[in-house]
Amino acid sequence: MSVLVLAEHNGLVLDDATARAVTAAILVDPDVHVLVAGRDCGAVAARAAMLAGVAKVLIADDGDLADQLCEPLAGLIAGLGERYDAFVAPATTSGKSVMPRVAALLDVMQISDVIAVEAPDRFRRPIYAGNIIQTVRSRDSKKVLTIRTSAFSPAPSEHAKPIEPVNFQRGPHLSSFVAKVMARSDRPELTSARIVVSGGRGLGSAENFEAVLAPLADALGAALGASRAAVDAGFVSNDLQVGQTGKIVAPDLYIACGISGAIQHLAGMKDSKVIVAINKDPEAPIFQVADYGLVADLFEAVPEIRAAMPAG
Amino acid sequence: MRIMVAVKRVVDPNVKVRLLADGSGIDLTGLKMTMNPFDEIAVEEAVRLRELAIASEVLVVSIGPDKATETLRTALAMGADRGLLIKTDAPIEPLSVAKLLRAAAIEEKPDLILLGKQAIDDDCNQTGQMLAAQLGWAQGTFASNLAVEGDAVTVTREVDGGSQTVRLVLPAVITVDLRLNEPRYASLPNIMKAKKKPIAERQPADYGIVVEQRLEIVRLEEPAGRLAGIKVGSATELVERLRSEAGVLS
Ligand SMILES: Cc1cc2nc3c(=O)[nH]c(=O)nc-3n(C[C@H](O)[C@H](O)[C@H](O)COP(=O)(O)OP(=O)(O)OC[C@H]3O[C@@H](n4cnc5c(N)ncnc54)[C@H](O)[C@@H]3O)c2cc1C
Ligand SMILES: Nc1ncnc2c1ncn2[C@@H]1O[C@H](COP(=O)(O)O)[C@@H](O)[C@H]1O
Repeated sequence: MSVLVLAEHNGLVLDDATARAVTAAILVDPDVHVLVAGRDCGAVAARAAMLAGVAKVLIADDGDLADQLCEPLAGLIAGLGERYDAFVAPATTSGKSVMPRVAALLDVMQISDVIAVEAPDRFRRPIYAGNIIQTVRSRDSKKVLTIRTSAFSPAPSEHAKPIEPVNFQRGPHLSSFVAKVMARSDRPELTSARIVVSGGRGLGSAENFEAVLAPLADALGAALGASRAAVDAGFVSNDLQVGQTGKIVAPDLYIACGISGAIQHLAGMKDSKVIVAINKDPEAPIFQVADYGLVADLFEAVPEIRAAMPAG
Repeated sequence: MRIMVAVKRVVDPNVKVRLLADGSGIDLTGLKMTMNPFDEIAVEEAVRLRELAIASEVLVVSIGPDKATETLRTALAMGADRGLLIKTDAPIEPLSVAKLLRAAAIEEKPDLILLGKQAIDDDCNQTGQMLAAQLGWAQGTFASNLAVEGDAVTVTREVDGGSQTVRLVLPAVITVDLRLNEPRYASLPNIMKAKKKPIAERQPADYGIVVEQRLEIVRLEEPAGRLAGIKVGSATELVERLRSEAGVLS
């Protein structure tokens, strides 16, 4: 049969995570459809229809889907259960919220955070903060997967495929949207950036994050990231947390400043191509995973790095 | 209102686990076990609601071997009122955990069920969402704030890019994130008191549920570790090496 990928979008723009989920979905079954659910999201559907490997886009347009609330969204997807063998979503906060609900409605066990598809029923995924990799075979007739986006490259674009409306049956109103506060940033998005500059407790304050780390990130065209300690201390907003329970990143270059390297932090960045650690403690565990370690006070080293970079 | 909290016994988060020599499983011998850190946050939130007299009773439920009683005792020492151990020695997946919690919820009729967002051993992040679906209730995942108002609960959720606030009709299921609260340490008198609090014990069969394994574990591996690289002497050397050697700076 076919596989259905749930599109991640904000109503206007299709998130790059969707293109990555499509790459994984093709490995499960080459007949990939994408579901765009929301209100007035024709532009998103048009974009999804151009992803290479996608045979068809389904669009569900309804006010009840506008805020991507999990209860109606899961109902919609589970309602398409007969038509698909597998359901795939990126392991974003929305994918993680809705897909287990879909899996339970279909009475199947979800496979979370897939990093490799070995066969249509066999998947690899990290457990214990990435210290163990588990390969599982699903005995369920239908598969429900969330995909770790850093492990799959985005499907490229090609000519557009057809877009079809799909019927949505409203259910009971269990939840309603109240508000959304989105952190605004002109910097690249953390999970897809080529370079990430991350700060930890060693930064000391929100002001230092802005004054010391942000200029380096901007000089490199990098995204900003943070450890949990930095987020908990209020230096930066929660959406910058990298780690087991935050975002998983795998950039070409990850620069960790004033981060000790706890297991939970490493879980979110140890697949980066090149890791740089700047820490004044030569014994900090972060040095055990760093390709380049600089034992230094970050307040001196970070401005020096910026000064040593080629101009422009 | 009555609150039910699901607590799981897991390996201490500061321990780095290893595989058994033959790779057949994870070597748990002698490892320190604790309550899943997210579940501590869920218990703390429930106990606070009880202290504010918003909740009348906090029931903690754990599914696992006899040893999971220790986890329930910890929750009771934090201030929960009663415990329920659903005993099984078999490895158990979130789908089955959710079914057992659903059965317990049908019996206990809580107005709110709190769970951790993720167990730090299997890193599944599924159980709460599955439970909500099975009960046909609203769900609020990754809660960083919650406020009960009449027959609804307002939940602020940590989402990619920021935060979102939703209102859930009660009864509802909420999974908690790290920044919801700072869990308390149980005081010695409370640890003593907890020894007298009741813990009921049931078997999955009592609910007519057969614990089944939908996922077959084909293989377990430790990922190829990264090798520590080199220490550089200065910021200038670092930039030079990143450019010429690593090729990640233009
Ligand atoms: C359930 C659970 C989930 C978790 N999830 C995550 C997660 O997703 N992500 C995460 O990051 N953490 C997570 N943690 C927390 C994790 O265990 C660590 O506590 C956290 O990563 C520590 O952050 P840190 O390295 O910034 O702080 P610290 O460990 O305090 O390290 C600060 C470092 O800065 C260095 N330093 C200080 N001043 C300077 C200076 N002037 N110049 C240079 N170096 C300096 C110090 O030498 C030290 O190494 C989790 C923990 C638990 C229990
Ligand atoms: N065996 C269990 N007993 C009690 N609660 C559990 C159990 N397994 C999972 N949970 C709950 O479900 C949450 C999410 O777990 P998981 O879906 O496995 O990541 C945990 O934080 C617990 O609150």
